[in-house]
Amino acid sequence: MNTMELLAWARGPGLSLSLIVLLLGVTVRLTEMLLLGRKTDLSEPREAHSGLYGWRTVITRSLPSSCVTFKRLAFIAGYAFHIGLFLIVFFYVPHILLIKALTGLEWPGLPPWLIDGVTLITLAAMLLVLWYRVADPVRRYISRFNDYYSLAITFLPVITGYLAYHRLLLSYNEMLVIHILSVELLLASFPFTKLMHAFTLVFSRWYNGQMAGRKGVKV
Amino acid sequence: MTTSLQQGINAFKEQIDAPIASFFNSCVRCGMCADACLFFVETGDPKYTPIHKLEPMRKVWKQEYTFWGRLMAGLGISRKLTDDDLAGWQELLYDSCTLCGRCSMVCPVGNDIAYMIRKAREGMVASGHAPEGLKGATYRAVTIGSPMGIKLPAFRKKVEIAEQETGITIPFDQTGADYLLLMSSAEIVEFAEFIGAMARIFKQANVSWTFSSDAFEATNSGIQIGASDIAAELVQRIVDAAEKLQVKYVISPECGHAYTALRWEGPNLIGKPYKFKVIHILELLDQLYQEGRLQLEGKDSEKLTFHDPCQIVRRGGVLEEPRKLLNLVADDFVDMPCSGKWNWCCGGGGGVSANPDADELRLKVFNIKKTQLDATGAKKLVTSCSNCRNMLEDGIEEYGMDVEVVGLAETLADHLVQTENKQET
Amino acid sequence: MSDDLTLAEMLHQQGISRRSFMKYCVGLASMMALPPMMAPKIAAALEKATRPAVIWLSFQECTACTESLTRSFSPTIENLIFNIISLDYHHTLQAASGTHAEEARKQSMEKNKGKYILVVDGSIPVRDGGVYSTIAGISNVEMLRETAADAAAVIAVGTCASYGGLPHARPNPTGAVPVTDILTDRTVVNISGCPPIPVVISGVVAHVLTFGKLPELDDRGRPLAFYGETIHDRCYRRPFYDRNKFAKTFDDEGARKGWCLYELGCKGPTTRNACATEKWNQGTSFPIQSGHPCLGCSEPDFWDAGSFYQPLTAPPTDVASVVVPAVAVGVAAGAAVGLANRLKKARAAKSHQRLTSDDMK
Repeated sequence: MNTMELLAWARGPGLSLSLIVLLLGVTVRLTEMLLLGRKTDLSEPREAHSGLYGWRTVITRSLPSSCVTFKRLAFIAGYAFHIGLFLIVFFYVPHILLIKALTGLEWPGLPPWLIDGVTLITLAAMLLVLWYRVADPVRRYISRFNDYYSLAITFLPVITGYLAYHRLLLSYNEMLVIHILSVELLLASFPFTKLMHAFTLVFSRWYNGQMAGRKGVKV
Repeated sequence: MTTSLQQGINAFKEQIDAPIASFFNSCVRCGMCADACLFFVETGDPKYTPIHKLEPMRKVWKQEYTFWGRLMAGLGISRKLTDDDLAGWQELLYDSCTLCGRCSMVCPVGNDIAYMIRKAREGMVASGHAPEGLKGATYRAVTIGSPMGIKLPAFRKKVEIAEQETGITIPFDQTGADYLLLMSSAEIVEFAEFIGAMARIFKQANVSWTFSSDAFEATNSGIQIGASDIAAELVQRIVDAAEKLQVKYVISPECGHAYTALRWEGPNLIGKPYKFKVIHILELLDQLYQEGRLQLEGKDSEKLTFHDPCQIVRRGGVLEEPRKLLNLVADDFVDMPCSGKWNWCCGGGGGVSANPDADELRLKVFNIKKTQLDATGAKKLVTSCSNCRNMLEDGIEEYGMDVEVVGLAETLADHLVQTENKQET
Repeated sequence: MSDDLTLAEMLHQQGISRRSFMKYCVGLASMMALPPMMAPKIAAALEKATRPAVIWLSFQECTACTESLTRSFSPTIENLIFNIISLDYHHTLQAASGTHAEEARKQSMEKNKGKYILVVDGSIPVRDGGVYSTIAGISNVEMLRETAADAAAVIAVGTCASYGGLPHARPNPTGAVPVTDILTDRTVVNISGCPPIPVVISGVVAHVLTFGKLPELDDRGRPLAFYGETIHDRCYRRPFYDRNKFAKTFDDEGARKGWCLYELGCKGPTTRNACATEKWNQGTSFPIQSGHPCLGCSEPDFWDAGSFYQPLTAPPTDVASVVVPAVAVGVAAGAAVGLANRLKKARAAKSHQRLTSDDMK
């Protein structure tokens, strides 16, 4: 298969296939999780609207607290690459146009030179996160193959996008094919990896906040 | 029944619910929970990472309740849980966790890890892998009525002493009283001044209250070891006594787990809501003060600080009352860094202090409390849980510190305005 | 008919000055990305060249490639090439027809055996034995194979001959294939484009005449000198792309100001050709300059690569037709697993054996 044929496949059947796996997988995982349900709490609540406490925690858990001890550099790196990914995916014009083609929504993008800088920061942050996972005793102890794989498949689209944009390593068309395929690998792998946290953390934070809020504690 | 691996796995299956499934799904192995756990922070041993303690339950969740996990298990690709696994996890789930819940506050994806540990213990105890010390305490709690083996006559004796000291008749089995007061065994044995303190406070505030000879023990070993059947049995005794006496309120004393067991877990254990309300003694005291029924005088000028019991404050929701009350009788109150709902656990809760296997470990990790205390420079430490009191005293002795530990209720009682009938304690 | 006059003699005959000729050679050198010192060498080689025979086979084509080459209106390189070569067979340009034309082709093949240049435009249909395009009673496939056998060089002109072009687009009813699918055992120069830029065609022919060999080709068989860069990388509107200034419709402010046409479907980034530098009509303009996005016409399957007016990042598939069923199946499967979970949990509750103080002994 030549580059143009691969590109056509990646943009066509490849995208469809990876989207199917993503959507199917995510829906199955969320449904099987939620349908387990939970017993009604028969104790008398201290707060009547504990659900609101749940939503509160969904937001506030993202904010650092002074009493939380953390490894500062790793914490910043984690935030950096999440924010970086968000900006690259949602504020680079060609990506916005992809979303527009799929959903009809569009919004202004950031200048390419800024996205470029953000990309470099994101790549550096992810490498820092990897180093931390390997070097820190706790992270090394509890990490599994899934953790390294997830980082790799998140790293690939960013680096290949950067290489494509800058015409490095291979020709633009070849780099573009690899970039699109790496994104599709990410999408298809999503339901099988810890990347699911992107969807499930809303639920876990909500449950936590609701259960604590019921007792009158804001967490 | 005979405990077995199968029963253990069965218990895990029963306990796993949507919240737990969402927690396991969300964990990204960031390790921040370790940095919040005193057992990891003071030992540096990564095996104490809170989420790691849940590995056996995670395996069961994966292999029993997820599509992919079932597939992998069915094809024989993933390894099933063994009895050895559970044996190996006993120290992680019991010796090195007090259910303090600090990890639950910290997890960036919002996992309530303490909630999971509580439920995971159900599987451990059903498989027979629980510490001997806790088993013994639970046995005594069920068969004798108190984990420390205290029987009614011994309790009555302490009450008599309090009556003599205060000159107040202490009511037993008064049907129609508003409040039923419970005690913890530790209070009865070591801090019985609580009885006299309560008598004086209730007299002054004109509270209609009673003890029950059918149920005086507030603590619940079933909760600590993780055996809901037994926990339910213990709660039922209190419920029966309360209903028999037709009280409006049951007072949870200065004991952390008693409050969790009675206030929050109780109705769910017995399967129906209470006909009465549960109130923590601190909540009641604050209420009495607000109503002007509590007359206090004098303030302690000695610098003092407060240790927030995890089960009462962070996991219980009695957030404001301790400091509101303490500030009424203290002139020089200084807070520890990261107190309130962020407080570091004393290291003795969750059954750890009743577990001899964990003796060395809990004293080692007490260092974190030492650090907190040293930062205040206070020589007096007030708390509101007798288990914390014991642990704090153990730790203070171990580290050669010069700090006195006192209970909050008795401190308040010491500042009651003198009336005609009062005698010096 | 071939002649034995050298180019020098021919040019002299036509009254074209040496100065004009040298200018052409300098231009050719620069176009081919050759150093200026090559110009005299090119001149020397071309001067001595005797008119090579060229056989031009037209298959499933629209004749635009020929039109592109011949629609020049001033003495140009293209004209020169046509004067240099001896075009012995070309459907549109030749005087003869019918059996005479085929005779001419066979004679040229015989006379110039091993030395003639074969130019092909249009795709070759192969379905049903190749019946969908026949000339003089034989299929294109047969004619191509027959004529290519003794050709010195084969040049596929246009996207149809290079990659199958329009006839190759879905559903490809005639089974159209490019020249390289038929001639699998020799190098073919693909001058793709729909149509190709005239000077690219003539530049390649000139290269072959000058150096006696094919120019350096990319991995798609295209001469690197002309197809080495993408339109995007040489586009004069690139500064607007780099500053997120895009025309969103064909007559909005951005369009009038000449902003980048990426959002209107420009395929410049993935298209290799010389349009942005050489332009068309002797450097007058090219589609983007005229306000129309690049179609990507020099790339394979540009007809099937998605709408001309949807940006590159827009997938050519109807994603909604994929998303909705996937989610539906996912919910159903998840519900099935969820139900199984609940049943399992209920069974676990049933299997629960009450713990008593006996178990604490």
